[in-house]
Amino acid sequence: MDPYSLKKLNKERQARRAAVLLTDIGDGRDRVIKEGDPVAGALGEAVKRAFLSGKSTIIEVDGRSFFLNVHVPPPRLVVIGAVHISQALAPMARLSGYDVEIIDPRTAFATPGRFPDVKLFAEWPQDALEKRPLDPYTAVAVVTHDPKIDDQALERALKAGCFYIGALGSRKTHAKRVERLAAMGFGTDEIALIHSPIGLDIGAASPAEIAVAVMADVIKTFRTRGLQATRHLEKTA
Amino acid sequence: MQNPIERIQDPLLVAESWMAEGRDVAIATVVETWGSAPRPVGSHLVIDEAGNFEGSVSGGCVEGSVIAEALDVISHGSPRMLEFGVADETAWQVGLSCGGRIKVYVERLG
Repeated sequence: MDPYSLKKLNKERQARRAAVLLTDIGDGRDRVIKEGDPVAGALGEAVKRAFLSGKSTIIEVDGRSFFLNVHVPPPRLVVIGAVHISQALAPMARLSGYDVEIIDPRTAFATPGRFPDVKLFAEWPQDALEKRPLDPYTAVAVVTHDPKIDDQALERALKAGCFYIGALGSRKTHAKRVERLAAMGFGTDEIALIHSPIGLDIGAASPAEIAVAVMADVIKTFRTRGLQATRHLEKTA
Repeated sequence: MQNPIERIQDPLLVAESWMAEGRDVAIATVVETWGSAPRPVGSHLVIDEAGNFEGSVSGGCVEGSVIAEALDVISHGSPRMLEFGVADETAWQVGLSCGGRIKVYVERLG
């Protein structure tokens, strides 16, 4: 590998930007392609597909073998609400390889004592997410139960195209939330992207069990992304 | 906290820091898998000239063999493609007990 390619690739990865390392297996030459960089012909098509699917692969073009290694940013989890569930969710998410941060403007909840070793911000979501914006490789779990706090985050998450958006609350609570989001101008399709009730249905009862359900839902969504649209259509059909 | 564990264990970041220290480095990459392979395509194992390594290309079944090849690649320079699987005649030594097959590309950094 060209040392320049390695440095460039690592720089992109650390900035949470997707990149493809293209290696000609015949002569060993490589180069880094950033998302949106123009690449001509059949190779360009393969690169485009690789960015979309996130799957690395060998391809044959004009009798030459190339290896496309796709690097998409590691998933991040932003939890809105420094509640009991979050105390269990944060370490689980970290063990699963997620970069975790917790946001809650209520200083009584957002204390380092309750959340050791977690990035914790006692700020309103709109301020915190201004400084550290959401992106498509970020999951957002909204768990405060307080519309003043939750809705700000949901708005940002929907606009940023986060791969997972989950909101805690009963069906009744969620129905009201749907009305508020509709009043904010979000369409039915967008609002339907929100996972609510939050988490996989595993009959979770305790805060830690709910955290397991949420983490499993996030992982499932990330690992099957791209299939979501079709599944969503099936569900609403 | 900036996930120090993940950062330290990231093979490509490790490779870059080894290179900065002036160590000779080889990078092994899983480029193709068939059947039940333990590590997905794109996974890396990085090796320095002393045999230190970080990352993985399998569940530990073939790393030893990849490291030996990597040391050779570091001293000779040209990349090579390795293939491992249960059908291989070396199955008893370094085959994948899970029954899968993998192709690993080993190249020198620089």
